[in-house]
Amino acid sequence: MTMTFPDVYMSPRLLAPGGAPADLPTHEQRYGALPYGDPDALLRTVAESGLTGRGGAAFPVYRKLVSVAEAGRRTGRSPVVVANGAEGEPASRKDRTLLQLSPHLVLDGIQVAAAVTGAKEAHLAVEDGASYLESALAHRRDPVPVKVLRLSKRFLSGQSSALVQYVGGGAALPTYKSPPVRERGVNRAPTLVQNVETLAHLALVARYGADWFRSAGTPAQPGSALCTVHVPGREVRVVEAPFGMPLARLVPLHGMSAVLVGGYHGTWVPVAEAAQLGLDAANMGAGVLAALPADRCGLAETARVLRYLALQSAGQCGPCLNGLPRIAAAFRTLAAPGPQGTTRDDVARWAGLVEGRGACHHPDGTVRLVRSALTTFATELDIHASGLCTATDAAPLLPIPEEN
Amino acid sequence: MEQRIDIDWTACEGHGLCAELLPERITLDEWGYPLVEGTPVPTGTIKRARRAASDCPALALKLRVRQPT
Repeated sequence: MTMTFPDVYMSPRLLAPGGAPADLPTHEQRYGALPYGDPDALLRTVAESGLTGRGGAAFPVYRKLVSVAEAGRRTGRSPVVVANGAEGEPASRKDRTLLQLSPHLVLDGIQVAAAVTGAKEAHLAVEDGASYLESALAHRRDPVPVKVLRLSKRFLSGQSSALVQYVGGGAALPTYKSPPVRERGVNRAPTLVQNVETLAHLALVARYGADWFRSAGTPAQPGSALCTVHVPGREVRVVEAPFGMPLARLVPLHGMSAVLVGGYHGTWVPVAEAAQLGLDAANMGAGVLAALPADRCGLAETARVLRYLALQSAGQCGPCLNGLPRIAAAFRTLAAPGPQGTTRDDVARWAGLVEGRGACHHPDGTVRLVRSALTTFATELDIHASGLCTATDAAPLLPIPEEN
Repeated sequence: MEQRIDIDWTACEGHGLCAELLPERITLDEWGYPLVEGTPVPTGTIKRARRAASDCPALALKLRVRQPT
């Protein structure tokens, strides 16, 4: 069970208060009716709001909307909207929590995105389950019909080219996309793939405008984001926090040695450095924050995650297929106290060989994690090389599906 | 117009033909997959680069006006 504390850090924007799912009357009472204004004026509002994607890449929403709308006009094909709620990241729960508590906010956002881009077709991709979405949809009278699609839980299912291929009737595997999906996506139509949280923010920007949106966060990174916070011994929490908020307020740093910022494609940050950081769209990925207590081994945790990431490779691209299992095996060696031989150099070399050489960002994200582990846990690596480990608790910490 | 070599990594099977046809632009990594010089292909090499693209057994080698973003 995920606990939500929507109003601990700011007055809640996205998550229904009280942790109870908001039905349509509750939703409309809280936010008011969704206005359908002039698409161009709406687009200007989105530009002024500075809203960026909340799926991990933090790409400006305005620019994506414009390029999809333009591609639609240029090709004469109505664009397609794909709302991405396929949260493949095992440590993230924010998208499914949002869909559970505030489904209508996401569904509003889909309609706004369709109105702005001129889309006539929309899909909502979620993980297995979530039958309440159909009943939520049945209560609405939306101009653009929305189809709910269910994907099996795999790390790469939510990758945008994989999602587009799946919506078009293919397998949910990343593909080589040139031109990009925003120009040629679902059945070759211009396609807007947007994370469900992004769409929920979009629904609020359409209602309350850019100034309201910018009243949270920093001038450079306006607004708030949902974070999944992992602290050992506590329930996993989904919280909404403004950009710029000190990480120390979200994750207790006392007794910790490092924080994993941004999930399994993210970075390990030493605790002293984390104490100086604020919530930053550039490194927070899809909002996962996980604290590593000082009595645990960061190298062992990284080795577990890397094994999972190697197994989640779609196995389509040579460098990823060859590199990730080797990196994972090497990290297993580094995670155990004892002689390391050339293992550290091998990892560094393989990291360089997989980076930027795949159809999706799986190798790049994996390399980001590897490099941050090698620097953050550099001292521990030396200790392991001398045959020791400072950790006293070897119980696995980070959530990894079907591990054995 | 500047052209660059791009690889469809889902298609590439590591035949290695490209590295033989365009040795000054492409070498192979330790697993046999191409390591490509990312800078624009000089005008004098374009013709051979096109040839390498059309001769790739997996049709994984592409010549692009710009890198896909």
